Amino acid sequence: MTTRIFGSGIRRREDPRLITGGATYTDDVQLPGMLQVAILRSPHAHAKINSVDTTAAAAAPGVVAVYTGADTDGVLNPIPCAWTPPDCELIAVAHPAIAKDVARYQGDAIAVVVAEDRYQAEDALELINVDYTPLPSVTNPEAAMQPGAPQLHEDAPNNQAFHWIAQGGDTDAAFEAADVIVKDTIIQQRLIPNAMEPRSAVASWTKATGELTLWSTSQNPHICRFLASLVTGVGEHKIRVIATEVGGGFGSKIPMYADEMIASFCSMQLGVPVKWTATRSEGFLSTIHGRDHVEYVEMAASREGKILAIRTKIYAGMGAYLSTAGPGVPTVLHGLIYSGPYDVGATKADIYGVFSNSTPTDAYRGAGRPEATFLVERLVDLLAVELGIDPVELRRKNLIPKFEDGHDVASGVTYDSGDYEPLLNMVLGHADYQALRQEQATMRENGHYMGIGVTCYTEICGLGPSQVAGAVGFGGGLWESAIVRFHPTGKVNVYSGISPHGQGEETTFAQIISDELGVDVDDVAIIHGDTSNTPMGWGTYGSRTTAVGAAAMVLAARKIKEKARLLAAHLLEAAEADVEYADGHFTVKGSPDQTKSIQEMATMANVAWNLPEGMEPGLEASAFYDPPNFVYPFGTHLAVVDVDVDNGHIVVRRYIAGDDCGPQINPMIVEGQVHGGVVQGIGQALWEGVVYDDNGQLITGSMTDYALPRAHLLPQMEVLSTVTPSPHNPLGVKGIGETGAIASTVTVYNAVIDALRPLGVTRLEMPLTPEKVWQAIRQQQGS
Amino acid sequence: MNIQLTVNGKSQEKDVDPRLLLVHFIRDDLGLTGTKIGCDTSQCGACVVSMDGKTVKSCTCLAVQANGTEVTTIEGVSNNGELVPMQEAFWNNHGLQCGYCTSGMIITTMELLKKNANPSEDEIREGLKGNICRCTGYQNIVKSVQAAAEVMRS
Repeated sequence: MTTRIFGSGIRRREDPRLITGGATYTDDVQLPGMLQVAILRSPHAHAKINSVDTTAAAAAPGVVAVYTGADTDGVLNPIPCAWTPPDCELIAVAHPAIAKDVARYQGDAIAVVVAEDRYQAEDALELINVDYTPLPSVTNPEAAMQPGAPQLHEDAPNNQAFHWIAQGGDTDAAFEAADVIVKDTIIQQRLIPNAMEPRSAVASWTKATGELTLWSTSQNPHICRFLASLVTGVGEHKIRVIATEVGGGFGSKIPMYADEMIASFCSMQLGVPVKWTATRSEGFLSTIHGRDHVEYVEMAASREGKILAIRTKIYAGMGAYLSTAGPGVPTVLHGLIYSGPYDVGATKADIYGVFSNSTPTDAYRGAGRPEATFLVERLVDLLAVELGIDPVELRRKNLIPKFEDGHDVASGVTYDSGDYEPLLNMVLGHADYQALRQEQATMRENGHYMGIGVTCYTEICGLGPSQVAGAVGFGGGLWESAIVRFHPTGKVNVYSGISPHGQGEETTFAQIISDELGVDVDDVAIIHGDTSNTPMGWGTYGSRTTAVGAAAMVLAARKIKEKARLLAAHLLEAAEADVEYADGHFTVKGSPDQTKSIQEMATMANVAWNLPEGMEPGLEASAFYDPPNFVYPFGTHLAVVDVDVDNGHIVVRRYIAGDDCGPQINPMIVEGQVHGGVVQGIGQALWEGVVYDDNGQLITGSMTDYALPRAHLLPQMEVLSTVTPSPHNPLGVKGIGETGAIASTVTVYNAVIDALRPLGVTRLEMPLTPEKVWQAIRQQQGS
Repeated sequence: MNIQLTVNGKSQEKDVDPRLLLVHFIRDDLGLTGTKIGCDTSQCGACVVSMDGKTVKSCTCLAVQANGTEVTTIEGVSNNGELVPMQEAFWNNHGLQCGYCTSGMIITTMELLKKNANPSEDEIREGLKGNICRCTGYQNIVKSVQAAAEVMRS
């Protein structure tokens, strides 16, 4: 019996090219005769554009062309929003690639220069003379909906982009009947994803054939092609998008941006290839932001601590325009998961999507679910204090009992499988929770303040059934497809429409196929990221790549195996029913010496010298997989923090992540995903946050001003897991890419509040900077 | 201006614009694209190269400042195609995900070990202050450096 490689933490095959500098990211692409593109961006958050004078820029050294909104108007179609939830009066305002009349956020594209090199292009930007009339601006989503607020779009009165309500159960009755109601106001501050690779595009138009090739830093090249087709008018069959090496995304490389289409426009106008690469500062302005909620949240419960209902009213900032998936994030990905892991009778999400003079928001790691988990876990902690119950016991009391094949929650979604308490116990045991509480009590007596935060979460990912996608206004399907091809030598290529960009699926998918087909893992290569040689797929986001994409390739592999079995029966001159497959071999039942390897069948199928009647040559198959449901990973996270009350400084002393993503293909990679997610979530709790000034100027516009997590500020994370398979996909796998970020922000936040509670500090706004913590303590001491 | 320098053991002589950044010289003029640009404020360390044995953020250094120096980029780190212990350690310990910060991380941590053959975890973390990774949470980078240190000491 061969050993299954599924479950083995083998080294990644991606790494040799990445540790030697041998990988080709978009900005590394060099084409003969390629010109450089630089984009002029509005310095104003809101301004009328009276005129754009490009004369001097056009005459500058090396400049080949300068274009403005007047040039792209009518040539490039507006940048579309592709997720428009129904029944919420959504107003998909037109988003021109280059602003022509009005600039609506600092960073809105105003003009573009094409020059021989990037220095010349940047120089020429400074020679463009734009006459602006600044207009009043607003960036806070709640403020943007108040009477008298500056208005962004004529067709969106009150700056309301949509009003989405999801209600399950009778929340109002539950609140009426409740013994206890706890409330909070939560600011989910704006975050900037900051994938380390800035966005970049290389566009190459071939006039003679009418074909556009676009290297793009995309998480979903097939969606990119589809949207590029809508914007440029070039047929999908004439567009090739290449995103084979992408340096992180975290959601920020899902959208179709204006910039990539501007680059395409330039190439199509000039008939030469062009490259545009964002500087980091440019990325801060023009790449999507995440979160940005102002939330009023409340929870109803019985005196005994039974959670009865959760209700929210939320202003979700959409930015100046609706980004590709923007409206789906604070709605479908947020409001349907308020039950978390708890048995809650009624939930209601009342969400306003709001335009403001800010960079558009879209999916950022966790996308809607960190915000949901935050508010639920925040309310549970408030309830625990209110009722005088230990927060862990309160959670335990409300957990949904084990279920293996479906559990309906109030919002209307059906969780696939869950077994929450064992993981809670595992984390508590590992941390020695009781000892931590004792230590906390002792420390407090000595004037030291440590806090413990415990989060239980369930999230929704593995997006998702296409029928549901259609019902919730997602402008596409959410299935995946794969082609598995045996070559005559017995080596295998798998072609997939998903598009990993750091998650290591070239390795994990090869592990899966190696097991399925009984071939050595090194004999399998995974091909992804280029629309010209991969089948249609909807891309990598929403922790769907393995749950959906791998499922498709498994189905294809199984088709191949069956064909090879029939061929083996023919060549062994045995009855088809008598030939069995095991470990890469087909053997006649009861005659172990009558056997053929799958590699031999690959050869024989490809040469086709002797096939059964009616069998087609070749050994390959394609399969499409549309999942019947989402997947619902879950877990318990625990943080221990020490707060120095003299200076407000917070140290995360311990962080324990217990997650259940079903069977783990490669535990080393799973752990890496947890580490990264947890740290991004800690970043939100402690350091990261967008600051706009009163004029809509981005104050945190560089890595000097926007505080990203650094190595010396972080603890060793302790990673635990249980395995609860999903009942509905062929591998039983769930997602792990986002869980860390979903759980860790509130875990750390609750730990800090737990530390400060004796001092009277019960709420703070993130990020929890030393100054804010210190001020809050001082305020309490003064009162 | 005419500059002459050695990059990965190979002598290079070029006429460059005085304002040309070293990172653009390396990437665009020499075609060594393993060195990355992650920010424009000298914060992220994706562009770190070794210059005369010291790490330099090549986005914050002019090409003309490299005149007469010996520069090593990620492409020049390995010995005749053999991975050095730090590269092996990053591979063995999942010290990278998207790979974009990795060139800078490897060059930075190689210098770290040159100065301190047996660093503590805190010393490694301090040494990584000038390099940002958004994928790994740094944990496996620290582990990689520890593993490389062990191999190099033995």
